[in-house]
Amino acid sequence: MRLLKAGTRAKCAVCDTEVMVVRSVPNEVLLTCGGVEMISMDGAKVEAAHVAADSPAQMALVGKRYVNSADALELLCTKGGKGSLAIDGESLSVKQAKPLPSSD
Amino acid sequence: MNLVMALEMAAECHAQRIAVTSGDVHLTYGQLLSAARAGGEVIRAAGVKYLGVLDINSPAVPIALFASAYAGVPYVPLNYRLTVPELEEQLERIAPALLLSDEPLLAPLSLPAGIEVVRRAEFLRLSLQSAEASGSAAASEALSAPGEAHDSAIQLFTSGTTGRPKAAVLRHQNLMSYVLGTVEFGSAQESDAILVSVPPYHIAGISAILSSTYAGRRMVQLPNFDAAGWLQLCRAEQITNAFVVPTMLSRIVDHLEQAGGGTSAAVPSLRAIAYGGGKMPLAVIEQAMKYFPGVDFTNAYGLTETSSTICLLGPQDHRSGFESQDPQIRRRLASVGKPVPTVELQVRGEDGAVLGPGQSGEIYVRGEQVAGEYLEQGSVLNAEGWFATRDRGQVDGFGYVYLEGRADDVIVRGGENISPGEIEDVLLGHPAVCDVAVVAVPDRQWGEGVGAVVVLKEHAQATDAELQEWVKQRLRSSRVPSAIRYVEQLPYNEMGKVLRRVLKQQFTDPTT
Repeated sequence: MRLLKAGTRAKCAVCDTEVMVVRSVPNEVLLTCGGVEMISMDGAKVEAAHVAADSPAQMALVGKRYVNSADALELLCTKGGKGSLAIDGESLSVKQAKPLPSSD
Repeated sequence: MNLVMALEMAAECHAQRIAVTSGDVHLTYGQLLSAARAGGEVIRAAGVKYLGVLDINSPAVPIALFASAYAGVPYVPLNYRLTVPELEEQLERIAPALLLSDEPLLAPLSLPAGIEVVRRAEFLRLSLQSAEASGSAAASEALSAPGEAHDSAIQLFTSGTTGRPKAAVLRHQNLMSYVLGTVEFGSAQESDAILVSVPPYHIAGISAILSSTYAGRRMVQLPNFDAAGWLQLCRAEQITNAFVVPTMLSRIVDHLEQAGGGTSAAVPSLRAIAYGGGKMPLAVIEQAMKYFPGVDFTNAYGLTETSSTICLLGPQDHRSGFESQDPQIRRRLASVGKPVPTVELQVRGEDGAVLGPGQSGEIYVRGEQVAGEYLEQGSVLNAEGWFATRDRGQVDGFGYVYLEGRADDVIVRGGENISPGEIEDVLLGHPAVCDVAVVAVPDRQWGEGVGAVVVLKEHAQATDAELQEWVKQRLRSSRVPSAIRYVEQLPYNEMGKVLRRVLKQQFTDPTT
């Protein structure tokens, strides 16, 4: 359990997944990838059981944004991996982007 | 959060994709990442506070932007069109610094103490040799950038059209908030290419690198803009996207017209043109839409202090404005559109009260990308985080934002605020007038009066009385210019902004 601040980065303790917090909630939450708690970027990887996602669509995909059902918490996947992301046991879903015209 | 995140993600996802094309030089995203890391080592070894970059668009520019983030020092692109004393003064302000530059820009400068030079060719050699050694895939071991979200990433000297240039500070979180808020990661196709013709020292030149990298779009550099060269490069490199300032679009349109125009511009690959950086004359955008009928036009309004774009007028609004007979919709072509989703915008009166639709005042913005900070003054955001843009404007009943010029350019005549823009628009409608700028002139009775500097069309003639009558019939009598001067051309800076300071001075100085 820990506080996630906007801008904070975290990585999966087992697979390659890395995320950055875009929006967060004020209370402590449990952020997991493949069921294993994610760790800080300088943390050591562990040999642990890790639940691989059922299908490629549920894996953490680079560049996708993930939100909880209340749309209060948002993560950006900065490196893809094999697990799927969850907060307090609730699977996160891909946020659909509203495309803006290119301005530069 | 750090700028390099955009590059690391792009290199991770499409290492083999071309990131930068500059003449015959091509760099993939994998090579750009390796080069930026190696370039970061070069900067770090110099033990300096800043990386100054005095260069035209070259492959060294995007490498240096990310390299300075790896070195943890702010990137300071300098305006190579400034005079020698102006450049030397800015170099003094950033010493001790490493200066990336080359001839002919370097030769006339006497470098102040604390400025160490690395020439472009040498910087490219040092950063690219590692890119080759590590292979095109981003194989070099993960070197992390030291900068935290709150650290300064870029320092840009403002254009200083009203006074001494200020050093605007942009932090990693400001720039990355802009990119994350407006660009979808990897949204470009491998065949997409953007033509970068804005100079590297302009905020649009910086956001072009960051946004293109995050979108995975190939950047094609045009070091020195001219209309023929721009069109030629569009065709040769199969350009799909471009960003131009109004002066550039105006020259492109003139070029097409002189080339016997009437037909389309014959750049079949081109899908989108974005423009910004100054006021776009209505006639120019209308002509451009005729020459590029299938192209999506986007007007982007932003400031250095807001990490680039804060409002957008998109392609659909351009088309409906262009085709509509309804004046309410037609005038949208003169609008800068609506705020981007991550930016809040308000119009406020002189007393700070928030104004309603159709009321003119100063534009305030708020959001993560809004830096609103200068090195000398610190943050200029108010207690609630709002930034006063010094731009005057209003929002219509549909939420579209209309700009009316800089707050500093407002003429205060007998206590009444007059925006030069409305008078300029009316005078531009006169058949003899080719270009015009309206500025405040000293007035014994009113404090300030309305002065107009007019450029007449070739062989056209107009008298003071005729132009005064033209304005009087269309606006209130207080808007009628009391003084009119005729000149061959108006003084513009290279980004297409009229140098009003110079014009004001000419009105008060009897020798000119």
